Amino acid sequence: MYAFTYHRPKSVADAVALLGQFEDPKLLGGGQTLLPTLKQRLARPSDLIDLGQIPELQGIREEAGGLTVGAFTRHAEVAHSETVQRVIPALASLAEGIGDRQVRNMGTLGGSICNADPSADYPAAVVALKATVRTDRREIAGDDFFTGMFETALEPGEIVTAVHFRTPDKAAYAKFRNPASRYAIVGVFVAVFGSEVRVTVTGAGPSVFRADDMEAALAQDFRADALNGASVSADGLNADIHASADYRAHLVRVMARRAVEACG
Amino acid sequence: MPCTVSMTVNGKAVSREVEERTLLVTFLRDQLGLTGTHVGCDTSQCGACVVHIDGRSVKSCTMLAAQADGAAVTTIEGLAAADGTLHPMQAAFREHHGLQCGFCTPGMVMSAVDLVTANPSPSEHDVREGLEGNICRCTGYHNIVKAVMAGAEAMQGGTMKAAAE
Repeated sequence: MYAFTYHRPKSVADAVALLGQFEDPKLLGGGQTLLPTLKQRLARPSDLIDLGQIPELQGIREEAGGLTVGAFTRHAEVAHSETVQRVIPALASLAEGIGDRQVRNMGTLGGSICNADPSADYPAAVVALKATVRTDRREIAGDDFFTGMFETALEPGEIVTAVHFRTPDKAAYAKFRNPASRYAIVGVFVAVFGSEVRVTVTGAGPSVFRADDMEAALAQDFRADALNGASVSADGLNADIHASADYRAHLVRVMARRAVEACG
Repeated sequence: MPCTVSMTVNGKAVSREVEERTLLVTFLRDQLGLTGTHVGCDTSQCGACVVHIDGRSVKSCTMLAAQADGAAVTTIEGLAAADGTLHPMQAAFREHHGLQCGFCTPGMVMSAVDLVTANPSPSEHDVREGLEGNICRCTGYHNIVKAVMAGAEAMQGGTMKAAAE
C-alpha cells in the first residue's frame, strides 16, 4: 500500500472541509473494496478520510412512506434490523446476501452505492425502490444516481449522507451470484407500487438498468409466466470469464421469474 | 506520517505508534506479536485473519489499525481462559478434528464463535453459510462444520459431543 495521511472527522461538515483541502483525497467507508484496491496499489490517494465516526451518517429510521438508511450503515445492520425486516423485507434479504459475514460486518450502504460496482447488489434496490440519495448539499433521485460503470452523479467533494427507500406493496431480489466473490453475475430486483412494476438489473450491464419489457409485461399480468415473451438484449451486456453476454441476458429472465415468484 | 493507535486487545489496553497505512493484522502480528492471527491470501478472501472488533467478526487484513482505534479487539489468543482452558469452540475443533494443516483454524474458530453468538442453535446449512468468508485449503470442511455444530452446543452449556470414530 502506498502511504497516505489518515483523517477521522467527527461531522459531515468536517469531512467536506477535509475533502476540499487535499490533492487527491478518498473517502473511506467500510473499506471492503477500497482497502483491497489500495493493497494492490491500484490507487494512490494522498489522504483517506474515514467516515466511521460520524453519528449523523448512521442509523435506520422509518420516514415518509419508507425507510431512511444512513450512508455509514453496515450491511449486517440493514440485514438484521427489525425495522427493515418489517418495512421492506426484500432490502434486508438483499443485504444479507452481500459478500460474506465479515464483509457485511464492515461494508456500508454508502460505500457500495458510491463505488457503483456494476455487480454490486444495492444499486438494484436504489433504483427499484424509487430511492432518493441524500448528500451534504442536495437530493438525487435514485433513477439518476448511477451514470455508468463505477460512475455516479456525485460531484467532486460531495458526500452521501443517507438513502431514503420507498416502501413498495411487495418486492423481492433474486441473485445469481459468483460463488467465489459472491458478487452478482446477475441480480434482479422486482418492486410493485400500485399499478407500477419496477424491474432493475445489476451485474449484467456496465451499470444497473431497468428491464422495460419485463416491467410492461408484469404491469399487465404479475406472474412469472408473463415474462415468457419478454427479454433483455445481450447487446452491451458484460462478458467475462464467468459468464457471456448471452448467458447473462438469459439469467436476467430466470432471476426476474424467481423474484416475481418470491413476491408471492 | 506515524500516528498513535490505542485499543483494547484481548482485554489489555495497548497503545503504539504506527504508520497510517498499517493494516490491523500487521499491527497485531508485528507490533503486538500476536501471530495466531494468520495472513492467508492478502486479498480479503480467505478469512485466516478473522478477529473480533467489538464482538463482530472482521477480516483484519481489510481494516486499518487506525480504524480500530478505540475498539475492543479479540484475537484467537484471547479466546481461551486465563488458566489455559480452551474455549468450547476450540475444544470442539480438537475433538472433531476440525483442522488438518491448521492454517485456517484461527479464522475459522473466530468466525464460528461470532456466528454461534448471533445464532446459538445453527443448522448445518447456517454453519456452512456462516463460514463462507473462510477458506480451508485442505478442504477439511466436513469436520469443521461438525466441530462448529458441537461447539455451538457446548457454548450453550451442553456437553461436548464426542467425535464418532
